[in-house]
Amino acid sequence: MAVLRPAGDFDRSYAQDMLLLRQPWQRWAMALIVLGVALIPLSGNAYLITTVNRIMYSIVAVQGLNVLTGMTGQISLGQAAFMLVGGYIVALTAQHWGMPIFVTLPLAAVGTGVVGLIFGLPSLRVKGFYLAMATLAAQFIIPWLSRHIYPEYLGGSSGRIAVPSPVIFGVTFNQVAQVFYISLTVLVITTILLVNIRRTKLGRSFIAVRDNDLAAEVLGVNPFGVKLRAFFVAAMLAGLAGGLKAISQRSVGTELAYGLNESILLLGMLVIGGLGHNLGPFLGVATIIFLEDLANLTGATMASLFPAHATNLLTSFRPLFFGLVLMLFLIFEPRGLAHRWEILKATWRMRPFSR
Amino acid sequence: MLRVEDVSLSFGGATVLNRVSFDVAPHEIFAIIGPNGAGKTSMLNCISAFYRPQQGRILFEGHDLVKTSTHQIARLGIARTFQNIALYTGLTTLENLMAARHIHIKESALASALYWGPAQREEIQHRRVVEEIMDFLEIAHIRKAVVGALPYGLRKRVELGRALALEPKLLLLDEPMAGMNIEEKEDMARFILDVHERRGVTIILIEHDMGLVMDISHRVLVLDFGSKIAEGSPDEVRNNPAVIRAYLGQT
Ligand SMILES: Nc1ncnc2c1ncn2[C@@H]1O[C@H](COP(=O)(O)OP(=O)(O)OP(=O)(O)O)[C@@H](O)[C@H]1O
Ligand SMILES: [Mg+2]
Repeated sequence: MAVLRPAGDFDRSYAQDMLLLRQPWQRWAMALIVLGVALIPLSGNAYLITTVNRIMYSIVAVQGLNVLTGMTGQISLGQAAFMLVGGYIVALTAQHWGMPIFVTLPLAAVGTGVVGLIFGLPSLRVKGFYLAMATLAAQFIIPWLSRHIYPEYLGGSSGRIAVPSPVIFGVTFNQVAQVFYISLTVLVITTILLVNIRRTKLGRSFIAVRDNDLAAEVLGVNPFGVKLRAFFVAAMLAGLAGGLKAISQRSVGTELAYGLNESILLLGMLVIGGLGHNLGPFLGVATIIFLEDLANLTGATMASLFPAHATNLLTSFRPLFFGLVLMLFLIFEPRGLAHRWEILKATWRMRPFSR
Repeated sequence: MLRVEDVSLSFGGATVLNRVSFDVAPHEIFAIIGPNGAGKTSMLNCISAFYRPQQGRILFEGHDLVKTSTHQIARLGIARTFQNIALYTGLTTLENLMAARHIHIKESALASALYWGPAQREEIQHRRVVEEIMDFLEIAHIRKAVVGALPYGLRKRVELGRALALEPKLLLLDEPMAGMNIEEKEDMARFILDVHERRGVTIILIEHDMGLVMDISHRVLVLDFGSKIAEGSPDEVRNNPAVIRAYLGQT
């Protein structure tokens, strides 16, 4: 399908063939989308601003999972714990050393990357289910440590510490509408980097290891090295996402949704969006977060209609809903929304011959 | 070029290779034949450092492959195809071949992510090499097709292309023509001969089609139940009574 292009769209060089945004209109569309998102904070709609901000940093976290699980085929159940690490790094470096955000976020990325590397070591020996169990260890160890060591720094059993608002060029970013732009900037950068990774040596080696690690090894790829790189990149992105989340919520700690639930939710978002596809994280995260809010709203409405079951309805509607959506996807579209999108594009290119 | 010395391999008591020795000279097309389960694939797996024989040495240009880690084999100049095609099914034909340029592409992970000047130029330079191979194998028209969806014959050809993209000195082919129709087999035989002639690659080939083996190979090794029962020119092997008994007699 992807072979077909509209008539008149030819390449005169390999460089041209390798372009991603082939035509001027595609470049304009891209710019317009980013601009459109950048205008959201001006709307003043608090719900929209908070939600889109949450979507953006969640996408960064899911992009990390996409590298590890989608592209390299290594299941990880620890992404939320790595976000917690990133959040703490941003908080502590800003709090105690007064570092600016240009330093704290990259530090969060690299620091979390190193932690991810450590939990990636079992991938030398185990795959699939067993590796998932090993990454689960991260999900238990990291939050436990954050509650039990250095309580004066990490918040101890209270489970949270404050995160200072970043100051950029004299402006204090203490409103979500401002942090929004930090998230947007990070998301644009990570997306560009990931698109580049996907089309060059590193990305091909990720997918080679996923599709056939034995063949890859015989053909000169060191699977262990590649897997470790994937763990590093995935944790880096989790670190960035965690940093953004911490700045957005102005506090960080185990109390604030960094648990196994959250890790599984991120994985589910990736599956629904489309494993291994660059669009997957965008489609999956946006769909689930908006649907979740819808579910919350429905739950709240139902609770007011049936006050006797109010607490049950309020607490269980959301997970039930997520479970249902995930199951439907696994049955009807296991390749996720991104795959739907590809089909749609192919149909459009072949018009008027497509039905 | 390649010297296999007294190689024995067993899995939990079952002997798969029993003290096999042979030499392959540079620029030779060397065939390994034998009945099903004779240990042919296992022999190739030993050469590609995928299986570790319990005994013996396998020397390739002075390196003992038994002691080399699997992912270093390609760097020594050895490439292979698999009996049950082992492509990267999620990548396109082009990407499969580019993935095999892994050992030749020098760009760092960071350069890869930034995709600035040098990295981009390097990608293009390797793209040229890969395009040439696709032209040669007549698979250029499917360069942007995901290989998982390709028909069997084409996938076999893409797999040969991927091995060639490594620019090997020694090429190991495990039943490159199995499951093909006559026309596809002839194409494949022509590609193999062309590769040998134009690129001067040494080839070790496993094949069940006796006619084909006799036609294209310079020397033949016959395995039966893990032991070498004959080695020589196609004519010598064809007339060897042990071979007729063990192999030709059965079919
Ligand atoms: N990894 C393994 N573990 C256990 N036994 C193995 C393994 N690999 C091969 N064998 C056994 O070794 C013997 C030889 O297998 P091999 O695949 O080398 O045969 P072959 O000559 O390639 O046969 P065919 O013509 O069917 O491809 C078989 O009996 C097989 O079951
Ligand atoms: Mg075999």
